[in-house]
Amino acid sequence: MEVLKIATAGSVDDGKSTLIGRLLYDTKSLTTDKLEAIEKTSKQKGYDYLDFSLATDGLVAEREQGITIDVAHIYFATKTKSYIIADTPGHVEYTRNMVTGASTSQAAIILIDARKGVIEQTNRHFFINNLLRVKEVVVAINKMDLVDFSEERYNEIKADFEQLMAKRDYEEQKITFIPVSALKGDNVVHKSENTPWYEGETLLEHLEGLDMAAVSNVGTPRFPVQYVVRPKTEEFHDFRGFAGKVYGGELSVGDEMVALPSQTRSKIKDIYFYDKKYETASRRSSVTITLEDEINVSRGDMLVKVDDLPTMEKQFTATISWMDSQQLSSGSKYIVQHGVNKVLAKVETIHHKINPDYSGIDENANDLGMNDIAQVTFKLNKPIFYDKFKEHRTNGSFILIDTQSNNTVGAGFIS
Amino acid sequence: MKDTSHINPLENEAIYIFREVAAQFEKPVLLFSGGKDSITLVRLAQKAFWPAKIPFPLMHIDTGHNFPETIEFRDRLVKELGLELIVRNVQDSIDAGKVKEESGKYSSRNSLQTTTLLDAIEEFKFDACIGGARRDEEKARAKERIFSVRDDFGLWDEKNQRPELFDMLNGQIELGQNVRVFPISNWTELDVWSYIEKEGIEIPSIYFAHKRKVFLRDGLIWSHSDYVFQEEDEEVLERMVRFRTVGDMSCTAAVFSEATDIESVVQEIRDSTISERGARIDDKRSEAAMEKRKQQGYF
Repeated sequence: MEVLKIATAGSVDDGKSTLIGRLLYDTKSLTTDKLEAIEKTSKQKGYDYLDFSLATDGLVAEREQGITIDVAHIYFATKTKSYIIADTPGHVEYTRNMVTGASTSQAAIILIDARKGVIEQTNRHFFINNLLRVKEVVVAINKMDLVDFSEERYNEIKADFEQLMAKRDYEEQKITFIPVSALKGDNVVHKSENTPWYEGETLLEHLEGLDMAAVSNVGTPRFPVQYVVRPKTEEFHDFRGFAGKVYGGELSVGDEMVALPSQTRSKIKDIYFYDKKYETASRRSSVTITLEDEINVSRGDMLVKVDDLPTMEKQFTATISWMDSQQLSSGSKYIVQHGVNKVLAKVETIHHKINPDYSGIDENANDLGMNDIAQVTFKLNKPIFYDKFKEHRTNGSFILIDTQSNNTVGAGFIS
Repeated sequence: MKDTSHINPLENEAIYIFREVAAQFEKPVLLFSGGKDSITLVRLAQKAFWPAKIPFPLMHIDTGHNFPETIEFRDRLVKELGLELIVRNVQDSIDAGKVKEESGKYSSRNSLQTTTLLDAIEEFKFDACIGGARRDEEKARAKERIFSVRDDFGLWDEKNQRPELFDMLNGQIELGQNVRVFPISNWTELDVWSYIEKEGIEIPSIYFAHKRKVFLRDGLIWSHSDYVFQEEDEEVLERMVRFRTVGDMSCTAAVFSEATDIESVVQEIRDSTISERGARIDDKRSEAAMEKRKQQGYF
């Protein structure tokens, strides 16, 4: 089974929820009772069309204000794939939700209102998808019905967006433009008769055709140890299994490994998934590994191949996305959670803020507020074993935890 | 077999979450209702820790109005797997005067479970409660985190939730707080049923079509039972039905069905145009019913 996670980004009123509702409706994923609820509420509000946004806006406050204020997850499936959409709000103040949604996604849909074209918000949405290295981006130029399905307007917007693309620092990112009307259903699931000049795929056709291996970020294999399995039963008296998820690449029986931080070497003896043995642990599978030798490995340690070591340092510089109302300032201490490993960290230097719309940097950055993005150097109390985010999406990212509130207050991408 | 690439990504994710719970918390518990989602959780937990035993107990908050088939099944499963089971009863909370039994046509003990649950969490000092809720079930649940922090009063602050990035789960809490954990957050109803079919997991018989005494009200099929209030003019019928979701008898409606085995149940779910919670009487109370219950600590 294939699962594709998609993040959506669009400004208020770009019709994001309507687009998702349309995808659900045209793939017949909306059940009768949900549809009835939508019909009933649409009628109550006096609309002469179905308000599909009601299918996704979950919280009471959102229904009252007609906006999306938090990441909601929406599910639908076709014969080819299961889709998980992280519906993230588009307001300026909710950068943190967009970063969050993009972090778990392999693809993103950026919505543009065909009447408004590329606006400042679009820059932000694209910037975040660049920063998070989302490999597959679909630019859905929406509300085409309101510009008479004009090819000229579509090309104008496309050209504006291509100017933005020149500014990104992620060449491998694939970008596809699709003219749609979410409200009327043009080119979402069904090909539109209103855009004869458009020869590309519909949104769903495009998503269906995505090769999962190609949209995934591949790097070198990393095995952070989550949990040590020690059954201590008669049958498995000496069993010491290292449970974890394989990231980046694959690991096979016989591979020569080194455990970090101890730097002890051993070979992979067996790879288990539940009670079955396998030759190879594929990328992103949750396996249990046993080693030939009895070496000391515990949670937070990492097993890597001997010829493929990550950086092991007590200091790093990263781009961080700040997500808390309390400011981050120089000298303050946080917990860095890097995968399953936690270390204490001190803010050494805030180098500069990065405007999340490609408009440059702000050198005078003493402290960071909610939704700020900045270049920061941290000092750690113990070394971590990392790769650059550009080279390894998992082993190059971390979250920051406040030592007082225990809240997740930021996310970082190691430079 | 050669490699593990065929394994369902959702299964890999759930196993990862279970291991995070065992590693990050001191006293986790798996909330077990005897329904298909919690049975699926048990299988996933087995896989996460094999060949070791599941390193935490199961707990059932019993309304006393359960389907007898579910309770029988629960006891058998626990015995077969050698697990520890804790049962706490809503009846005890009623007897102690902590909650008041609802009365009338739509009375149910479903929402009373919250008090019993919060008391049990305090009694055992559980710091993580694992549940089978899924985001596709209901709109408020679509916003739920995988690790969802509850304060000392068991309350959910839906506007102030921790962001969850990449695979990283932040389980740091203060004493007195606890975390609700949802390993199958990203599964749909069909994903659960397909998994049960593929794994050959045994589930209580009421999930398959059987003859049952029922009555019809508000377009839903209600069980005829001592626990369910029934008007005199609501006629008792005997029909072939099955349950898609199993909770308290007073809040779970049946569907007409001829599906007597897992293959035909999966087929029915595929073809169905009604959502799973469409048969949950408790959700019909108002559009925001689930959100309100969740804020108060409901699972």
